Amino acid sequence: MIWSDIIFQLSVRSVRRHFLRSVLAALGIVIGVIAISSMGMMGTNMTLSVTEQLSSMGNIITVTPATGNGGGGGPGMPGGSSGTSSSDDYISDDQFRDIKRASGQELVYYVYSDSDSFDVGPDSGRSRIYGLDPEVMPEILVLTDGSYPKSTSGVLIGPTIAERYDLTVGSRIKLGDDDEGPQSTVRVVGIIEGRGMTMDISTDSSIVVTEKFFTSMYGDEGEYNQVIVVADNIDDVPAIKAEIDRQLNKKDDEVNVQDSSRMLTTITSTLGTLTAFVMAIAGISLLVAAVSIFNVMMMSVTERIREIGILRSIGTRRSVVRRMFVYESFILGVAGAAIGAVLSLFIGYFVVLAMTGTTEYFFYPESIVYIPAAMCVGIVICVISGIYPAWKAANLDPIEALRAE
Amino acid sequence: MKDNAVIELKDVTKVYPLPAGDVIALDRVSITIKEGEFVAIMGPSGSGKSTLLNQVGCLDVPTSGSLFITGKDVGEMNDDELTDLRLEKIGYIFQKFNLIPLLTAYENVEYPYIMKHKCHDTDGIVTALLNEVGIDEALATHTPPELSGGQQQRVAIARALINDPKILLCDEPTGNLDSKTGTQIMEMIKALHNQGRTVIMVTHDPKNLDYAERTITITDGRIK
Repeated sequence: MIWSDIIFQLSVRSVRRHFLRSVLAALGIVIGVIAISSMGMMGTNMTLSVTEQLSSMGNIITVTPATGNGGGGGPGMPGGSSGTSSSDDYISDDQFRDIKRASGQELVYYVYSDSDSFDVGPDSGRSRIYGLDPEVMPEILVLTDGSYPKSTSGVLIGPTIAERYDLTVGSRIKLGDDDEGPQSTVRVVGIIEGRGMTMDISTDSSIVVTEKFFTSMYGDEGEYNQVIVVADNIDDVPAIKAEIDRQLNKKDDEVNVQDSSRMLTTITSTLGTLTAFVMAIAGISLLVAAVSIFNVMMMSVTERIREIGILRSIGTRRSVVRRMFVYESFILGVAGAAIGAVLSLFIGYFVVLAMTGTTEYFFYPESIVYIPAAMCVGIVICVISGIYPAWKAANLDPIEALRAE
Repeated sequence: MKDNAVIELKDVTKVYPLPAGDVIALDRVSITIKEGEFVAIMGPSGSGKSTLLNQVGCLDVPTSGSLFITGKDVGEMNDDELTDLRLEKIGYIFQKFNLIPLLTAYENVEYPYIMKHKCHDTDGIVTALLNEVGIDEALATHTPPELSGGQQQRVAIARALINDPKILLCDEPTGNLDSKTGTQIMEMIKALHNQGRTVIMVTHDPKNLDYAERTITITDGRIK
């Protein structure tokens, strides 16, 4: 047992002899462990939460016009002779029908979108405007208040915009810029339930109008900004995606077909990079801790020179002296890491709560594993910091060491 | 190698290189000490007697010449072998006692035992030895700073004896003690010699010379 090892006992007592100094040195490790594990857990919880949200949208396929494929000639060449140009920045009605055919029985709908300013009483703002087929609205949007628009002047609004401008069912909004022409007054008929992050349309801070209203206001009838396919079964998504791609992108890439998996990859990898970066910054605190442990260990060696001389002269091998000092830094590391781990549970919990708004995933293995991982890093760093002082102690000349006062 | 010689120095020279010029601490010293002898080493400070004791105690190796301890050539040993030799064959008694302040009296005595046997003493050897030198079990739980000088030296003697060494090296064993305690300690060393141990003692005190069978006087690194 290590506890009955007299060398270990010597290390324990040496740490205890300078209790305050030892506590201060270990404090660095405590902070380092908390920083690393909290940041790691925060990143993991964010990723888990995003993944969960995105996988709930796994059945959604978005088709957007392919842009930026400079096929030949200048981009945006006007008045092409053929009906379907390959570099349009909208999806045509023909293409929409093709998508519908390719998708079979699934729900397929088109979305007009634009951005416009609006006035609410004295306040003005800017928002995304979506134009939808009124028949599609009940299928994709859930309302918390009011009803779906029955006339062209009725609009739905997202909860964020409703809160910010204090809008309720019945409120009036003047759409359009005052300086550029007449504004159209619309009436809020329903508030959309918060949807958070979405694959299809982000309605939380948007205004949803009927397609008739949209085209009368912004024109471009039959030129859709995106088409969305909602699959009944998530397993059909790859097949539908492939079919749309096959039917529409025969010659050139005319449309982009995406499902949430690609978005998930992008977001996960972005979050991963971010987490690694934040953890690296947190790691600096461990580096500072390593310096402080190193310093304390060097002090300990200097103070105990005479003791080392005695131990060596009565028959203690160098390796044993080395072990004694490595133990000492190990004890500081374990104590610091253990306290850090306990505090990480609390501090990490609040960091995760504050940054992701949920602690649902906090106790998931992939999140909580950061605590033992950070502990190990802390202990290893401590032991590494103790290696040179231990080596120095072991290689002291016993006669010189005995002579020291 | 002569018969029953425990320690044999042949032309041992020790040079300390210093920026101001080399210092010759020992100059071709040859000594043979037989098993069971009690040898006192005398000499003024700086004469080289501590250096001589360090050579014999295997804390240092000669610059030239050869040194045999119990028939083994020290010059051919590596650091671990020298350390093990100190642990098993040599018992040290220092002027400043040199106990480990972090360990109790009992643990101080047990320490070399653990180093040698890699386990704790379960046979009561430590307690028996401490009793022999006059340290009872209550005192044995104290740490060195809580003990008097005489008590510390007794503990140090017990520590020196724990691995039953053939050779006892005493570096001014009474130097930090009052004369009454000093006499007690010398009596103990004498008794250990009578048990058959080889004792080599560096001393300033002429009174201590009476205990020795032979006195070697050293001046400027040479034996007179």
